[in-house]
Amino acid sequence: MSSSRKLSYSLAINEALHQMMAADETVFLLGQGVKSPWYVGNTAQGLLETFGDRRVIDTPVSENGITGAAVGAALAGMRPVVVHPRLDFMLYAMDPIINEAANWCYMNGGKASVPLVIWGIINRGGEQAAQHSQALHATFAHVPGLKVVMPSTAYDAKGLLVAAVRDPNPVVFVDDRWLYGAEDAVPEELYEVPLGQGVVRQTGSDLTLVAASFMAQESLKAARDLARERIAVEVIDLRTVKPIDWELVFASVMKTGRLVVADGGWKTCGLAAEIVAMVGENLFAYLKAPVKRVTLPDIPAPASSSLEKAYYPTAETICQAVRQVLNH
Amino acid sequence: MEYPQELLENLYRTMVRIRICEESLVEPILQGKIRGPCHLCSGQEAVAAGVCAALQKDDYIFGTHRSHGHFLAKGGSLAAMVAEIYGCETGCSRGRGGSMHLIAPEQGVLGVAPIVAGTISLAMGAALASAIRRDNRVTVSFFGDGAAGEGVLYECLNFAALKKLPLIFLCENNFYATHLPLRDCRVEDHIFRISEPFCIPARQVDGNAVLEVYEAAKEAVERCRQGQGPAFIECLTYRLRGHVGPDDNIQGTHTDIRPREEVEAWRQKDPIKRFQDCLLGHGLVARTTLEQIVREAQLEVAEAHLSARQRDLPDSKDLGEYVFK
Repeated sequence: MSSSRKLSYSLAINEALHQMMAADETVFLLGQGVKSPWYVGNTAQGLLETFGDRRVIDTPVSENGITGAAVGAALAGMRPVVVHPRLDFMLYAMDPIINEAANWCYMNGGKASVPLVIWGIINRGGEQAAQHSQALHATFAHVPGLKVVMPSTAYDAKGLLVAAVRDPNPVVFVDDRWLYGAEDAVPEELYEVPLGQGVVRQTGSDLTLVAASFMAQESLKAARDLARERIAVEVIDLRTVKPIDWELVFASVMKTGRLVVADGGWKTCGLAAEIVAMVGENLFAYLKAPVKRVTLPDIPAPASSSLEKAYYPTAETICQAVRQVLNH
Repeated sequence: MEYPQELLENLYRTMVRIRICEESLVEPILQGKIRGPCHLCSGQEAVAAGVCAALQKDDYIFGTHRSHGHFLAKGGSLAAMVAEIYGCETGCSRGRGGSMHLIAPEQGVLGVAPIVAGTISLAMGAALASAIRRDNRVTVSFFGDGAAGEGVLYECLNFAALKKLPLIFLCENNFYATHLPLRDCRVEDHIFRISEPFCIPARQVDGNAVLEVYEAAKEAVERCRQGQGPAFIECLTYRLRGHVGPDDNIQGTHTDIRPREEVEAWRQKDPIKRFQDCLLGHGLVARTTLEQIVREAQLEVAEAHLSARQRDLPDSKDLGEYVFK
């Protein structure tokens, strides 16, 4: 990966789509707004012009039917990417995603699989309230047969989308509008970030901080702040939240003996709950202090900015949690 | 109308194989040898046979909880289906799916599933794949009258019409959504009319008249192949047994659903008997040929049971296989 070209997260997604559609004629994109920056920002720019309206299909507001169509097209040999510009609206598609796509391979004894990317965008903040803000990755990660990825960098956004399209199984690709402008070095060539592999973003010996997506970026900020207090935090970016890279998480916790998990979803039965449970089951003897979760409270997203400020955890919330664990 | 001898014999063979296979499941179910839910389609054979006779091998179908007939008519292996129903590793879904999850991709049976209306959008996706590839395939979505209560059907009618997809909406109206009669589900009983606002041509046919079903399907298939978009066919039919298992759901018994006279009236319209009378009455096929077809089906079904009863069940160590490919 020699390239040092900078690209934004959203354009990295766009590049992955362009390159995958050029490389494989079974890949196509459908969903609401793929013609319009109103919905999907610049992630779909140029696709319609390049690949035509047979492979770039803007759809009526019919999430259930359209997602089911993506599942069926996958069963018929295509590799669809179906986009939901807001995860909240994707709830209409729970039947094709869970009943059909996730179960299909198992309940048919492996005779068919569903090579499908279900792309759902978290699009919160800005006083958009409860039905325009939800981060539902844990809901999908709960279901056998689905893989779930959550890139936190432009590099990973491109590489994970490529890997997701190439995977023979249904992959829920969850990105976050708050990351769309973030830039980093993105190679121009086609590459994969393998599904199921996390990455250590920063090494440290005092505490393991596990996060994904936007919270991975907040965790890095927190780690930088804590370094000024001579606290060495090891930051793990999960990248894939199902299946989780347990080897990476466990190795770090065995080294540090302390764990904080930062997740942009709700607390109860969430991603953070899963990670602390697995660490508790497997690494009890290594823990030097109780673990801590930084998540959304079990409250729907509010509208008013004063409430939003209290609702969303930040780097500072993470710093406080880390200090608490270290002061135990 | 003149039909090739081979077509007539095949329609008869398909219906007879389905009926004999369905009825062969009754005893093993009652004896507890088959434990999973079986939604028998005895009485509805003409729909599966007539529609699939109008399709090519590489055309696609998707089905429902009641799809033994669709699977067999489209060319799925009878032995593999019976083995699946017994939960055998040799089953078409390796014992992971049972009666409600039959698949034969090599025959175009891309899958069947019991979530009501759940496979309509999948069928639409297969038709979309064909439209993108321009491969000239047609997809049939089999669903029941109960599916007309599900919103996704209307989403699919709209999108399929909008994109002129090669998709046949095939409604098997057997007048009961599980236990609830059609009149308690809808204000009017002509389901095929739901396609009107989407400008999809629709027909209602006697679903117990196999040639009538075949003609309607052939017309719809031609329309799809010419790129004119989807078609809707409602087949009026009746299941001779109840919603699930051998029970016939007759009023007065513990399931207490259908009037005895109604069931009896439909028995008189048995699609196999009607077709047999037609073939013999017009001297189209010799009686000995029809008898031979029945004997062959009986033998095939008996062998399938014998083979499945060797109980080649999946190994418990393989519980976690096939979650992912």
